[in-house]
Amino acid sequence: MTSGVDLGRPQTQSVGSDEDVVRVRQLVRTVAVAVRLSLVDQTKVVTAASELARNTLVYGGGGTVEVTAIDNGRRPGIRIVFADSGPGIADLDLALTDGYTTGGGLGLGLSGARRLVDEFDVQTAPGQGTRITITKWSR
Amino acid sequence: MERVPILKIGNILLVSIQVDMSDQTAVALQEDLAERIVATGCHGVIIDITALDIVDSFVGRMLSTIASISRVLDAETVVVGMRPAVAITLVELGLSLNGIRTALNVERGMELIAIDRADDDHDDPDDDLVPEPTASP
Amino acid sequence: MALSADESGRLGELLTSRAELVTQRWTEIIAGQLRGRLSQAELVRQVQELHRALVDALSKGAVDLNAEDATELRAVLAEFSRGQARQGFSATETATGVFALKEALLSVLQADQDAGTLRDYVSFSALVDQMGLFTFETFVRTRESLIADQAEQLLELSTPVVKLWEGVVAVPLVGTLDSARAQVVMERLLQTLVDTGSPYAIIDITGVPAVDTQVAQHILKTVVAARLMGADCIISGIRPQIAQTIVALGIEFGDIATKASLADALRHVLRLTGVEASRRQSRREA
Repeated sequence: MTSGVDLGRPQTQSVGSDEDVVRVRQLVRTVAVAVRLSLVDQTKVVTAASELARNTLVYGGGGTVEVTAIDNGRRPGIRIVFADSGPGIADLDLALTDGYTTGGGLGLGLSGARRLVDEFDVQTAPGQGTRITITKWSR
Repeated sequence: MERVPILKIGNILLVSIQVDMSDQTAVALQEDLAERIVATGCHGVIIDITALDIVDSFVGRMLSTIASISRVLDAETVVVGMRPAVAITLVELGLSLNGIRTALNVERGMELIAIDRADDDHDDPDDDLVPEPTASP
Repeated sequence: MALSADESGRLGELLTSRAELVTQRWTEIIAGQLRGRLSQAELVRQVQELHRALVDALSKGAVDLNAEDATELRAVLAEFSRGQARQGFSATETATGVFALKEALLSVLQADQDAGTLRDYVSFSALVDQMGLFTFETFVRTRESLIADQAEQLLELSTPVVKLWEGVVAVPLVGTLDSARAQVVMERLLQTLVDTGSPYAIIDITGVPAVDTQVAQHILKTVVAARLMGADCIISGIRPQIAQTIVALGIEFGDIATKASLADALRHVLRLTGVEASRRQSRREA
């Protein structure tokens, strides 16, 4: 992961229901506006957050989302961490393939979200939960 | 849970999504619409998403499902008012919204449905319209 | 390197008591260098302002440029170098404008030599060096922001979206398309579709000398995004070399309409809208 100085305190939102996914979207939108992402980039990062927060809820059995405004010295950005203590992902490469799903969705959540952000990092192991970190920089 | 209102205008059902929908609300809308199509006998459904600042894969799938359901119920669905940023994001996400017809605004959506019904009705004895190949927009 | 309080006081005193001589010498040196590119009155005004700010800072007890007492001095220096950068002076000319103070001081100090003069001079020049470097930095920053502004203006200029007909907009692309510009064009075009309610867009690439995979991808994505919004894109003016590149790169244009020229594209669109219009008409008659 790249280094970055945290601008503000990280904001945490627990994800335990549908409504929480909506709250995550709103929180991400607020921070994305604060770090001056362009409208298209705001839309991209909020959409990615929506996909990943839903994954946290559906596959991870709930968890937390942490949103932080960051700055790497040259430009500001937003970093979001999705953490759950669910079953984890057994085959990450497969999970990142377009169209692969175990939950009856479109199979675009993980792979699609990765295309919408600048940095994408997954830490997972079977039985160890999943921790996904995404970063989007302002242009 | 919030519910999205469905308005009936002439022969068309108009759904204007104004809230940041939770997944439950989206599923409820899907069910409500199917019921209203049958109850009203409408042949067109317009879903206005001008106010939506994001469309993720869940909402995308909901739109596709609504289009498929209404087709089974002999109604044409047109999704209107998608914002440029949303469209760009959907392309990047890899969501193509297959089988969904789209138009820039409600007015154009209504035109699209009208043209469609005209094509459908061409076998009516009092309709002298010559059948033409459909230009897909 | 900071001045001691004593040195700072002595420098302040020197600058005040010999104000006229220092500013006069200072002005002469800069004027010699600029060779009349700045009016004498303007130059004198600038030098006097710098002189006044420096004396002010020293009288408040500032011992180096980063001190709080030197805030106004920094502001004056920044203003000076911003002005120079905007008026097209070089970085060297700008920095030398401040360094000239050293020479002016030297000529004043030479007049009354006593022990410690040399040491004072060395300390003074450290402060002047600091000021010079600060000016230089501000200068570079100003230039950078000027360049950024111009790049943005250029981007604005180079991506016009024009209304061609009722319901038809066109983007005539001219010049090299890089990824950033392609993205701007994409967003602007889609927004225009919404604003004008136009269901047809023509992307004319007659003036584009070459496309690479990335740019072709951007154009493709624009077409798909427009379709999602309920509008149709036609690409016109594909040059033979570009057509060859597209095929060689294996880029799939699929069912996207392509036309040889902008005129052909417009004709194509009008035919399509004509169909719709005639249908609507026949429906009304029906």
